[in-house]
Amino acid sequence: MVTAVKEKTVAHNDLDPALIVRAYRVMLLARATEDKLASLYRAGMIKGGVFLGKGQEALSTASSIFLKKGDIFGPLIRDQAGRLAFGDTVLDTLRTYLGSAQGPMRGRDGNIHRGRPRDGYYAMISHLGALVPVVAGGLYARRLRGETGVVGVTSIGDGGTSTGAFHEGINMAAVEHLPLVVVVANNQYAYSTPNNRQFACADLLDKAAGYGIAGFKCDGTDPMACLETLRLAVQAAREGNGPQLVVATLLRLVGHGEHDDAGYVDAALRKANVGRDCLEVGARQLIAADLATADNISQWTKEAQAEVETALNKAQREKGPNPNAEDWQAISTEHLVDGHYDAEEE
Amino acid sequence: MSVTYLEAIRAAQEKALTDDPRVFIYGQDVGAFGGAFKATKNLAAEFPGRVMDAPLSEDAIVGLAVGAAIEGARPIVEMQFADFSTVGFNQIVNQAATLYYRTDVPCPIVVRLPSGGTLGAGPFHSQSMEAIYSHYPGLVVMTPATVEDAYSMMLEAVSIDDPVIFCEHKLLYYHLKADKLPDVAQPAGKARIARAGRDATLVTYSAMLHESLQAAEDLVEEGWQIEVIDLRTVKPLDTDTVLASVARTGRLLVVGEAWPWGGVTAEVISRVATEGFGLLDAAPMRLNAKDTPVPYHPDLWAAHRPTATTVAARLRQLLTQ
Repeated sequence: MVTAVKEKTVAHNDLDPALIVRAYRVMLLARATEDKLASLYRAGMIKGGVFLGKGQEALSTASSIFLKKGDIFGPLIRDQAGRLAFGDTVLDTLRTYLGSAQGPMRGRDGNIHRGRPRDGYYAMISHLGALVPVVAGGLYARRLRGETGVVGVTSIGDGGTSTGAFHEGINMAAVEHLPLVVVVANNQYAYSTPNNRQFACADLLDKAAGYGIAGFKCDGTDPMACLETLRLAVQAAREGNGPQLVVATLLRLVGHGEHDDAGYVDAALRKANVGRDCLEVGARQLIAADLATADNISQWTKEAQAEVETALNKAQREKGPNPNAEDWQAISTEHLVDGHYDAEEE
Repeated sequence: MSVTYLEAIRAAQEKALTDDPRVFIYGQDVGAFGGAFKATKNLAAEFPGRVMDAPLSEDAIVGLAVGAAIEGARPIVEMQFADFSTVGFNQIVNQAATLYYRTDVPCPIVVRLPSGGTLGAGPFHSQSMEAIYSHYPGLVVMTPATVEDAYSMMLEAVSIDDPVIFCEHKLLYYHLKADKLPDVAQPAGKARIARAGRDATLVTYSAMLHESLQAAEDLVEEGWQIEVIDLRTVKPLDTDTVLASVARTGRLLVVGEAWPWGGVTAEVISRVATEGFGLLDAAPMRLNAKDTPVPYHPDLWAAHRPTATTVAARLRQLLTQ
């Protein structure tokens, strides 16, 4: 079963207007956060790399906005918006990038490798596809405990669909009939590698049929279409219809990381529909649907920027981790810690 | 009435499933079929929905276990052969092993690795993977050599909050027997003196314990008393017990079935050389498998791995240098 949601120029009847506005404001907040991260990076104030999701905010927001408390979200690189929609904060984002010991990763991991697994917000590792079976496993455990109606969403890019973990994870989720939604952001390039060097099928959505799962496709630059598509996919998973594959077409409007000028991106793509900025499309949609005025959007943008500034002021004042106060233990079971290396240093 | 090493592993899993509703088993052919070696025989029927066949996807199997552990479950996953855990390697070393350090959320999974060489098993059903997993921070690596340890260490592996790589030796599955399962568990993490002696310390683990004990017995006629230490877990590695023994004997041989480059035997010698150099009366020695894939033909295999004969020969070298 493949469902294509056509581009929406007005609000879909089944979408709650308040949810549409909330989604758009999350997109604005994500953009404001990432704009700030980019300028901090250029100023040399970030420890390590910066990986942004500019152009993917609509899809990313839609990925998690239909999730409830108790659901599972396993975001990936370009999911700043989806993270915020699931409950992550600008403060924790900046803490992680700036190396504050008070962030969820306590300086032990950085940037996009953050999460709060106890809250269902899983922390990605860098190996793409690896989160697909992990989110499936979380759902499997919930089902074993007798919980129903739980949904897990995880993201992947066009490059990640080529990994073994993606294949193994989706196939296993299909065999187990788990309520897993996998959202593929086909942003045309995996770092610099274009689609035609990544896969040979006509459409990534064709994979859904191969796994025996439902598939949806949408225009990732169209916020309303993204919301409607994910609403359907999450609902289908929640109702017990097994894994759902969503493939959205869009363009990453930044480099792979801020170190990358993305000079390899075909100029024609930037000018095409796929190269639209979803925030601009969303503004037009909100105004056309009478959900906001241009002034509203301008005001929301300022509020988002102010929230980022407030969080930045706080995060910048926080201390980094103290190497001397670390326990330097990678396991929790005291009597099974190999103390030899500590003894060697003393 | 006796119990084999394999039956002990099965019994421990049965007890874990009985005692703790959070425990489940996931792996290829582990369900109604009972596992390639029958380590989960009848468990699927006894615990409906908790002992499940998995697709042929080691990465996904371990990944599922990690996700389930995050949600509070205690999965035991079976790699059909230790060799195939390379396909799940990324999930083991990068996902499971880093979770607690990165997020403060523990990862209580057990990955069972049917390990080591058996007759005619060849390059891809014979490997010993303990060294490569020990290299990664965040994993506990157990290598039981006795029926009692197979049972009690499996129970401990399930009960602790950290990921455990459980290296169970296939050669011991059917032949190694004990009168009964142990009532009292010896905790993991501590080595055991399997045979006391005064002339040399022989440190080993897993199936090589039995070759080593035979070699020690063979040297009695020649007047040598060899102390044999069973490491039991290779990570953590109980350096104290090894050093205390070397302090008594002055000589050290370390025997392992794995490949020679790096590994457990090298680690033991490194620790003794750095911390106990003054205790040694002779250069420490080690004996491993040869540095080739594990060969198929029984004659080649017998020469590839250490045996009681080659261990005894190496001991004679150590004792007379």
